[in-house]
Amino acid sequence: MKKYLIKRIMISIATLFVILLVLFLMMELMPGSPFNDEKLTEAQKALLYAKYGLDQPLVVRFFTYLKNMLTGDFGVSYAINKNYPVALMVKERLWLSCKIGLLAVVLGTIFGFVLGTVAALKHNSWVDTLCSSIAVFGVSIPSYVFALVLCYFVAFKLKLFPILYNAKKPIASIVLPALALSFSPTASIARFVRSEMLDVLNSDYILLVKAKGIKDYKMIFSHVLRNSLIPVITVLGPIMVGLLTGSSVVEKVFGIPGVGLLLINGIQYNDYNVTISCAFVYSLMYVVVMLIVDILYGFIDPRIRITKEGK
Amino acid sequence: MSDINNYEYVEDDFTFAHDANEKQLDENYVATSYLKDVWGNFKKNKGAIIGTIIIVIITLLAIFGPYFNESTYMSIIIDHASLTPRIPFLEKFGIFDGTNKGTFVYENFKDVYYWFGADTLGRDLFTRVWAGTRVSLIIAFSAVMIDIFIGMVYGMVSGYFGGRIDMLMQRFAEVLNGIPTLVVVTLLGLVLQPGVESIIFALMITGWIPMERIARAQVLKVKEQEYVLAAKTLGAKNFMIIFKEILPNIFGQVIVTSMFSIPNAIFTEAYLSFMGLGVPEPLASLGSLVSDGYKSLTSYPHIILYPVIVLALLMVSFNLFADGLRDAFDPKMLNK
Repeated sequence: MKKYLIKRIMISIATLFVILLVLFLMMELMPGSPFNDEKLTEAQKALLYAKYGLDQPLVVRFFTYLKNMLTGDFGVSYAINKNYPVALMVKERLWLSCKIGLLAVVLGTIFGFVLGTVAALKHNSWVDTLCSSIAVFGVSIPSYVFALVLCYFVAFKLKLFPILYNAKKPIASIVLPALALSFSPTASIARFVRSEMLDVLNSDYILLVKAKGIKDYKMIFSHVLRNSLIPVITVLGPIMVGLLTGSSVVEKVFGIPGVGLLLINGIQYNDYNVTISCAFVYSLMYVVVMLIVDILYGFIDPRIRITKEGK
Repeated sequence: MSDINNYEYVEDDFTFAHDANEKQLDENYVATSYLKDVWGNFKKNKGAIIGTIIIVIITLLAIFGPYFNESTYMSIIIDHASLTPRIPFLEKFGIFDGTNKGTFVYENFKDVYYWFGADTLGRDLFTRVWAGTRVSLIIAFSAVMIDIFIGMVYGMVSGYFGGRIDMLMQRFAEVLNGIPTLVVVTLLGLVLQPGVESIIFALMITGWIPMERIARAQVLKVKEQEYVLAAKTLGAKNFMIIFKEILPNIFGQVIVTSMFSIPNAIFTEAYLSFMGLGVPEPLASLGSLVSDGYKSLTSYPHIILYPVIVLALLMVSFNLFADGLRDAFDPKMLNK
């Protein structure tokens, strides 16, 4: 286990290093320079280059960049918020994005569990078909389509929640985005819970439980759900990773000042430091989630760490 | 508790069960070929058949739809801006009659019909939706090609040679997989000119990894089998063994996996367009049409309605189709 842990952590660090390298090279390849103000003379430009250390050789600059990133210095914004440190901009917005993402995961897990359990218990009935259809729709339709539908019907027509993010109503404002994001976790968890529960329901020990005459609800809660819960933990990781992609678009639909919207703004204003920092924050979250999931997998299912070690 | 030794047996305490319940007829089935079996399984799956039909209809419309009327995807008639849908014949029943909140908006051009309405620049949405579907389908098709030519080959080579080569190739894929697709795609969109090519290029970087894993696992399964050994003994070259001996035996799995990458590719395109990194104007894609329509969601909801419906239908159908194909190739997955 120790060896596996160390190997996984090494791979994650290597991944992050590659990402940093790619980000740095991207900065180099970006069309234009950070100081493309026409009023600047050549001499002034040279001064600016010297000030930001851009006149150093490529390798030296990469290691300075790496060192700065590690100490939490992501550079300054060029366009959106001139000369404001990007690290602060991201920090201000990260919590809001995380709140919405976590709420979506919680909602998705609850809905998914209820849907999957009902479908498995009423296997091959119309309830099952309905749950499976909901699951197919949830998996295939992008979260921003749900966001648009909710935005139009619930927020615009029924006026139940604000259409755009309203800082005065922070709780009501995040309900719809979280709901829109929760459709795809609901669907994947429902699918997974259903197939896990069918496996458990058909197992010998459940037959024994039934033969002992234990009540239905007791059987479901203390025997079936418990045994189908563990595998579900392992799919939560990929689901959270999937949410990262959806969140930036949903943030745009509802105008939520989160990291996703900052990323989009960074792209639109050609604010390279902002774009790259947001991309790095996303990568960091992604790599950490993947690492946690893999380690959890290793604990829960020993087969995984053994086969991955190639024995 | 009664004493077991004193228990009195009655004649009908026990009866033979098999007489009543176990009358069974042996059924004989005609031997069928593998592909016929697959088709038989696929046919039984209603969802998969519906999905296939919808995919065929949408594909045909994407090919021929833009030629149904004389406007092209870029012809602008500013007077016709934001007209609501109007379809001949159906307008008599009070649907698609070109009214917006009760007022007839075709007052000045009574003989004009826009089946899906017009967008804010007065471009025919029917033409644009199908032209956009075309772009999305091209991207979907490229995703399959990338899966097969990069993912499958990479996975097969890695699995077949094993050892050090496998180790290096797998570490490389793992590191690539660690970079979120969203980030790669966004950055590429920044560096390259936005367009269909850069979207396809972005898919090329990380899109093939799931396929690579499946292909490798499948190769590991079959490479120790006798026919591979036989081919080796007869002096077949590695290239020959990989593509002529192993490939036909794992092709079913490969096809199924590549079908699952289609919805992903369409989603990536829609996502990029929504971020403003999609195909440039006046070209249309489903994602860019949704993104355009979103700007006038509350005033002219019809502009966003049709692209969203086509996008959703396409995604659901491809998922149903891929699900059906997977169940057909691997009946163990049925009823799961």
